[in-house]
Parts: sequence; structure tokens; C-alpha cells
Amino acid sequence: MSSDPLSAAAPSDSRRRLTALAVGERARVDVVLADDSISRRLLEVGFIPGAAIEVVASMWPAADPLAIRVGGSTFALRRHEAERVVIA
Amino acid sequence: MSAETAELRVAFVGLPNCGKTALFNRLTGSRQKVANYPGVTVERKEGVFAASSGRRYRLLDLPGTYSLKPTTLDEAITRDVALGRVANEPRPETIVLVADATHLPLSLRLALEVRRLGLPMVVVLNMSDIARRRGFAIDRDVLSRELGAPVIETIATRSGGADALIAELERLGMPEHPVAPVTAWQEPTAAEVTATHIEAGRLLGLAGYREPARSRTVAVADRILMNPFAGMVILATLLFFVFQAVFSWAAWPMDLIDAGVGALADLVRGALPDGPFRSLLADGVIAGVGSVIVFLPQIVILFAFILALEDSGYLPRAAYLLDRVMGSVGLSGRAFIPLLSSFACAIPGIMATRTIPQLRDRIVTILVAPLMTCSARLPVYALLIAAFIPQRDIGIFNLQGLVLFILYFAGVASALLVAWVAKLIAGGQNNHLLMLELPDYQWPSLRNLALGLWEKTRVFLARAGGIILALMVLLWFLSTYPAPPVGATGAAIEYSFAGQLGKALAVVLAPIGFNWQIAIALIPGLAAREVAVGALGTVYALSGDEEAVTTALSSVIANEWGLATGLALLAWYVFAPQCLATLAVVRRETNGWRYPLLMLVYLFALAYLAAFVTYRVTLAVAG
Repeated sequence: MSSDPLSAAAPSDSRRRLTALAVGERARVDVVLADDSISRRLLEVGFIPGAAIEVVASMWPAADPLAIRVGGSTFALRRHEAERVVIA
Repeated sequence: MSAETAELRVAFVGLPNCGKTALFNRLTGSRQKVANYPGVTVERKEGVFAASSGRRYRLLDLPGTYSLKPTTLDEAITRDVALGRVANEPRPETIVLVADATHLPLSLRLALEVRRLGLPMVVVLNMSDIARRRGFAIDRDVLSRELGAPVIETIATRSGGADALIAELERLGMPEHPVAPVTAWQEPTAAEVTATHIEAGRLLGLAGYREPARSRTVAVADRILMNPFAGMVILATLLFFVFQAVFSWAAWPMDLIDAGVGALADLVRGALPDGPFRSLLADGVIAGVGSVIVFLPQIVILFAFILALEDSGYLPRAAYLLDRVMGSVGLSGRAFIPLLSSFACAIPGIMATRTIPQLRDRIVTILVAPLMTCSARLPVYALLIAAFIPQRDIGIFNLQGLVLFILYFAGVASALLVAWVAKLIAGGQNNHLLMLELPDYQWPSLRNLALGLWEKTRVFLARAGGIILALMVLLWFLSTYPAPPVGATGAAIEYSFAGQLGKALAVVLAPIGFNWQIAIALIPGLAAREVAVGALGTVYALSGDEEAVTTALSSVIANEWGLATGLALLAWYVFAPQCLATLAVVRRETNGWRYPLLMLVYLFALAYLAAFVTYRVTLAVAG
């Protein structure tokens, strides 16, 4: 298993991620990092640049997983999946 | 081929949870055939219906998918069938793209991808009634013109709600040329996915699309049901209620079946002269198969809950709530649904693992699925608990019920433990996928529920009439022949094939407290666990109707065995090496003998270990 594609892609990337949002907070997608099946599926379900998103719920402890509303649908994402979404 | 040309082959494509199956059921009713695609255990659901014009349609319900680039086995089938790449599966002539009107953008994006396949397509806006109530609006003519495909509305949950679709299919008619497999098709790239999203947005804008508001009820329900604390309490209560219902609601229909089986056996005994044939029919066939059919009510109740929960949209929320627990032992959050199904039977549970995209996660889920206490183990537990656990109350709990709960819990706990060990051995890789859609809640449709239950009942009865019947006949034969030699002093069964085999095995099983009678029962129990109860009855040479067998049997074994042996056998059945049918499914699912063998060995080892510890500890404590 290769190492985390995110750290390989941009170790010093300090842009705000979806995981920085609190429950109830809204934002827009800037870009989805990495190019693998997880990122591809995120793209397919609507995490495209400019899409409006909202954190609907998060699990205790450590806010993992999260429930995210995007383009009229709601998805449960594990934290490492949500970590790929950079927000504007 | 020529005989088929009178029928139009139509494939249903859509996102997961778009109401595709409900629409399919609306059109085909019970005229469905459920099987597997060759070589894989992806469920293939086909149905036929005839329009009032007399033209016949052959509908195929393809697994739900977000795109034509698959991440799971299910999704790969959808792509391959649509492309005409599956052997013996002619390419569909028309695609019905089912879109959930309450979540249109993603469906429309999929429609744009499907359009490239070059097949005639009908876009169906399903659940349009709910969407309209929430302010949904769209100009279907504009959308249809821009998309180059007819766009119609259906309400799958309402009688006549699919009439518009039938009319559209009738209008399309038969294709003029036979469809050919696609050769030049290319998987959509990431850039194309973004482009189709933008294009879908543009089309919706042109058609004056108004997004339906998010349901207030769903939002409020989610705030409670997905709350880390309240949600967990509700989930636990719900599961507890389901298990309670499985036992208490099933009691009277089970008594009824029991009485019926007993009466039938009596009838046969009265009508036939004494001899091997009467014994085979009454003791082997009727009592044996009857002892299994008795569990039909429990299985129906359990499946009714599972199907209703599936339909309601709650299950993905439960997976969300339990994701942390599952993740900490290295399981995917998506493993929850397959594992829940395994409480009914490990086979549908193992088949449901195909929705888990990562192979490693899928294998671990398959390996632990038999540790969920399947309904076939219930009769064994019920017999042993009645024999060895006193009927007494501890506080508000009934001691026998408490022991049963502990046995179920032990199964779950050991599944988590085994998954954790697998994670240690196979290397910890923490990036398990969840990415589950949380659909809006809806009331389960009684029609879908009834169709689903009928299917499960049919399968169960076929099993009872097939493998279990064959086993009981075989067991009866092995325990009856050869007849004891002249002047023999022991019971006849001691000289039979089964008796000799049991005595040979008893040597290995002595350290865990099992005698030769138990050894005999364990063998048919491998083929179907519930047969172990019937087998013990036969072995103890009891006759009489089925009810007499169970009640008398529990007092016989309570006298014959020590407490330690009884508890050891209970512990054995928590891990009970799973039935052969499960092994066969695992072999098919994993394409080889490696995992079924691993499963067999580890379950045997755990069962032996657990029985050994239980036996020795009980002997030491209780003497």
C-alpha cells in the first residue's frame, strides 16, 4: 500500500479543507486533491469546483465520520475522504 | 434470437436509492426472476410485462451506480451489461434512466454519460409527487429537447404511477436494427465528469429547474437519529426490539407449524404398517424437515425488519453511527449492512459484501460474517438453553433470555476481535471507504416488502425441501444400517455407520467434553446447523412427534450430559464451523479455495478452543 496520496501530492499544502468546517457551516468547493478512485468518486457525487457544501452532522469522538450535504444530496464521509476536499 | 424479437429488452439504470427497484416492481409485480450473473454473485433481476397493446417487455433492473466508471462489482455489471459485454446477456435495446426528482442534478449527469452509449433512452423523473410538494419545478419539454431523449414523470409508489413510462415505451416501439456491442467506448475521464456536471447544470438552468427544498422532517429526524448519543441509544433500542420481536412474535405461528408437523407424522404412522418405510417417512422426512420449517416465522419476521429498514433509508445512518467502531478494528463502515443481514443467514450477508469497494475490506467482512448468529443456530441454542439454564428471573431479566443475548453478543464481539487480528496480520491500512449516500427517509412500501418476503420464503422452503430433506434421509439411513449383530446388547444405533463414526470422532472431542452422540450430530450440523437438533433426536433413539422430540430431548440431554458439556456445546456453536452452503458461496465470491479454507480452519480452531475453555472452567467451578 503506497503512502497517503495527499501527503505525497502536497506536503506543505496549507489550504483550508472541508474537515475544518464545524457542523452547520457552509462553504464552496475549490478543488478535490489526489487522483485516485476515492477522489474520482467525490467528483462524481458532486464535489466539483464551486459546489456549495454544508456539514450536516459529525460523529463523536474526533468528528469522524462526517455527513456532508452537496448539490441536494447528503453523503457520509470518513475524515480521510473529506480531507481531500479543499474549500474556497 | 428470432423468438426473442417480439420482446423489447429494457434496462433500468439509475443512482442507488433512486426508486428504480420500486418502479421495476410496479411494472413487473411478482413476474420476476432473481438469479446471478454468470461467474459473479451480483444479483440479476429480470421481469416481464405486457402492455395493453399486447407487446411484451423484458425488463432488467441493473445495480445502482453514480457513473459508468465502476468502483464495485455491482457497478461493473451495470456498465458491462449496458455495453453488451456480458456473456449470454444480449445488450438491452432501450435504457430507462430512473432519476429521483428530489435529487435531479446527479441523475442528469449520469444520463449524459449513459447517452454516449448510443442506445435509445427514456429519462424518468421518479418520486415527482414528493418533489413537487417541496417546490420542484422543471420544463420537461425543454429538458427533453436539450437532452435528445423523452423525459417523463412517474410515481412508483402509486398504482398507475408508471403509466406514462408504459406509454413512452409503446411509442418508441421496436428498434429497426439489432443493437451491437459497443467497441469504441472509452471510460469517462475526470475532466469529462466535471464537464458533465457543468452541462447538467446548464440544462437544468435552461429548463427552469427549481430545486426542491430539503425536507424539514428529514432534517429534524437526522438531527436526532444521527446525534452521536441519542442516535446510538435509538439504534441499540431498535436492534434489541428486533431481536425481541423475532422471538416473541414468532411463538404462536411456530406452535401452529409444530402441531401441524406432529399431526402429519401421526397420520403417516397410523396409515402405514410398521417397517423401514414408515420410519423413514415419519422419523426421517417429516420430523426432520418439520424441525427446520418451524423456524420460517422467525426468518420472515427478521427479514421483514431488515427489508423495512432498508426501504426506509435508515440503514446508511446506522452504518454512519457505527463507522467508528467498525473502523477501529479495520472494517469498512459499509460492512454494517452485510453483517446485519448475516443475523438471518450468512449467505445473503456475504453476497451483500459486494457493495464494499476495497477487496481487502470485503474479504475480512466475508470472513467474520459467519460469527453473526444466524437463524439456523437458534434451534440449537433453544434446545441447549432449555436443558441447562434454569428458568429464573434476575432482576427484570429472564435468565434464559439473558444467556441467549450473551451468546449473540459473544458472536459480535468475536467478529470484531477477528477483524482486528486480520488487520494486525494483513497490515493496517486505515483508508477504508465509507462515502455512503444518506437518502431521504421514506415509509417502506408494503408492496415491496411483500414481494421481498415472498422471495425469501421461497428460497427458505426450497432449501428445506432440498438439502435438508436429503440430509435427514441420509442420516436416518446411516443411523439405521447396518443392523446390530444377533445377540448384541447395546442400542441398535451403536452398531450403525453413524455410531461407529461418532465413536471414532469422540476420541478427538473428548477433551472438550463431547460424547459420541454429539459427535454424530455435529456432522450433519455442518451441512445445515439446525439439523444438529433433529440429529440428536434421532441419535437418542426417540420417536414420537416433533414436539415430543424437542421437549423430551432437552430432559434426556440434561440427564445424560453434565452441565460442562452442555455449556461447551453452546460455546462451540457460537463459532460453529459454518455450513457447507456458506463455504460454497465464499468460494464463488472470492474465486478460489483459499478463503473458504481459511474460514473453515479458523472457525474450527475457535470453536474447539472456546468449547475447551468453557468445559474446563465449568468443571473446575461447578465440579
